[in-house]
Amino acid sequence: MTDSSPPLLQLRGVNKSFGAVHVLKDVDLDVYAGEVTALVGDNGAGKSTLIKGIAGSHTFDSGSYVFEGDEVHVHHPKDANALGIEVVYQDLALCDNLDVVHNMFLGRELVEGVVLDETTMERKATETLRGLSVRTLASVRMQVASLSGGQRQTVAIARAVLWNSKLVILDEPTAALGVAQTEQVLTLVRRLAESGLAVIFISHNMTDVFEVADCIATLYLGRMAAQVRANEVSHTQVVELITAGRSGELGLAPTKEAVA
Amino acid sequence: MTVRTEEIAAEQTSLRSAFTGYLSRVRGGDIGGLPAVLGLLALVAFFTAMRPNTFSTAFNFANLLNQSAAIIFIAMGLVFVLLLGQIDLSAGFAAGTSAAVMAVLLTQQGRPWPVAVIACLLTGAAIGLTIGVLVARLGVPSFVVTLAYFLGLQGVMLYVIGEGGTIPVRDSTILRIMNSNISPALGWVLIAIVVAGYALVTLSSARKRARAGLPVQPPSVLWFKIGALAVLASVATFLLNQERSRNPEITSLKGLPIIVPIAVLFLVVLTFVLSRTAFGRHIYAIGGNEEAARRAGISIDRVKISCFVICSTMAAIAGILFASRDQSVSPTTGGSTTLLLAVGAAVIGGTSLFGGKGKIRDAVLGGLVVAVIANGLPLITSRSAVQFIVTALVLLLAAAVDALSRRRAAATGRA
Repeated sequence: MTDSSPPLLQLRGVNKSFGAVHVLKDVDLDVYAGEVTALVGDNGAGKSTLIKGIAGSHTFDSGSYVFEGDEVHVHHPKDANALGIEVVYQDLALCDNLDVVHNMFLGRELVEGVVLDETTMERKATETLRGLSVRTLASVRMQVASLSGGQRQTVAIARAVLWNSKLVILDEPTAALGVAQTEQVLTLVRRLAESGLAVIFISHNMTDVFEVADCIATLYLGRMAAQVRANEVSHTQVVELITAGRSGELGLAPTKEAVA
Repeated sequence: MTVRTEEIAAEQTSLRSAFTGYLSRVRGGDIGGLPAVLGLLALVAFFTAMRPNTFSTAFNFANLLNQSAAIIFIAMGLVFVLLLGQIDLSAGFAAGTSAAVMAVLLTQQGRPWPVAVIACLLTGAAIGLTIGVLVARLGVPSFVVTLAYFLGLQGVMLYVIGEGGTIPVRDSTILRIMNSNISPALGWVLIAIVVAGYALVTLSSARKRARAGLPVQPPSVLWFKIGALAVLASVATFLLNQERSRNPEITSLKGLPIIVPIAVLFLVVLTFVLSRTAFGRHIYAIGGNEEAARRAGISIDRVKISCFVICSTMAAIAGILFASRDQSVSPTTGGSTTLLLAVGAAVIGGTSLFGGKGKIRDAVLGGLVVAVIANGLPLITSRSAVQFIVTALVLLLAAAVDALSRRRAAATGRA
């Protein structure tokens, strides 16, 4: 359905090497607004490197990076933030000794003159959380230390959404969560997409991926094995793509070794 | 009639629920300044019971405030460094060195006091700046850097003071800081301003929150806080406005010691910096999770260096207080147990050595506890052995309370 509109983010032929190690090889990726794009792949497939390149923590060696139809150059996390790209890292990076509002505005506090504008920050934080239909937080003035894993994830995601972002990248948001909390976070991820954001969702859990993703991009040894619609593939096919780089018609062309 | 009683009943429940809420927070490990306040009350009660005629006199009360002032100023500066999870062992000698610079300019070179005071503050700031750069940019642990400064500054101080050993301070402005009082009437005016200012800030921020549709503490709780402050401040002012001189005909001693309004000013300004500015927020963030602060785009180095500059500059101010109180600067000024008592004061007040937790208020509360011990024990026993041991026990008790509340907080998820 969204194939008619151009992707929000389009990577073409992206390469990245660290010394002699060629981590990303001619990777293509399309991410559409209003969709959850799952990024899957085995450990060492290059997921983190790809994410860091998009977020500006690393710079791609070659290839084109097109955002909203324009070729852009992202060399620093601030460049990505300016475009409207926010990353929620696996370890969340929240300050336990500060409350929810303080964490959501950390480093980008609203001030009146030199005084922190606590009232506006609290109101905006409350509105953002309400907009995401988050009802699991008793008070936005609770210290983050007193929150559960799922609530922390919620705060971290809400922080990413607060800044009118267009693309939110979630690095294994459900990795350390229990069943009920995972469900909360997945609902939240779905809601982000429904509100028109583009979401890149990294996960090792196929059940989670099939529950939220519209589209699945599979990395295999630094190559993009396939980017497919989630409703057109089966669980088994995705697992084959992750482990072997191809599945039947899908995926990378068989190499000589594979034939032999 | 019924409406009024209902209103009163509602007010009472809001006060009561605020109180039970506070109790449950304390039980959950969020104890704040409570141990220091209780400790202070217990110590005062103990010494009053033991020595009613000497300890609990207006004269001794004023004396106590003067004794605690320098420690409190160093501790207020240390709070900034401790919040980062760092330490400054050199603050005592930073005070001594800065005071020595001031004394040399005043007494030996005959410069006017503003020049000497500015030079003193700049000395402190320069010490803090170099410590901060070494810690933040080179990544040398602050313990090691400030240990080196602890040793080195003693040498610098001896060098500045020279062969004479002790430099007298005779400038009347400097001496007045620790040796004069403000008139009783002015004392009441200042107290009124402080209480009115607190009431204004509390009520206007509550109104602003209410207008933005955010939850507000019930008015009865707000007024209770304002009333408590008014009562405490009035009692202290009343006591200090009594005649304290043994021979009132010769010299009259009454009114708030000048250092009290100065200390209150620093308490208010530094509390404002820590709790109401982005800079203060960033200090807490770095103490809580440095990596998170870095990813949030906070300039870690700049905040760290600023904190060390603030700490050493506050120490320089304490140096002025030492010089004013002792009417001289000697190689022992700011030495001996000064720094350790200041760290102890901050910790007793509730500031954590692990970073991320603490308030300027802690320095004042803890400093008073330390001063009460130092003031009260000599009235009971002249043996300094007892004093050291008792001070040590109080510090251990404070650290133990901190550790226990931390564990409790971890268990109840309030850490």
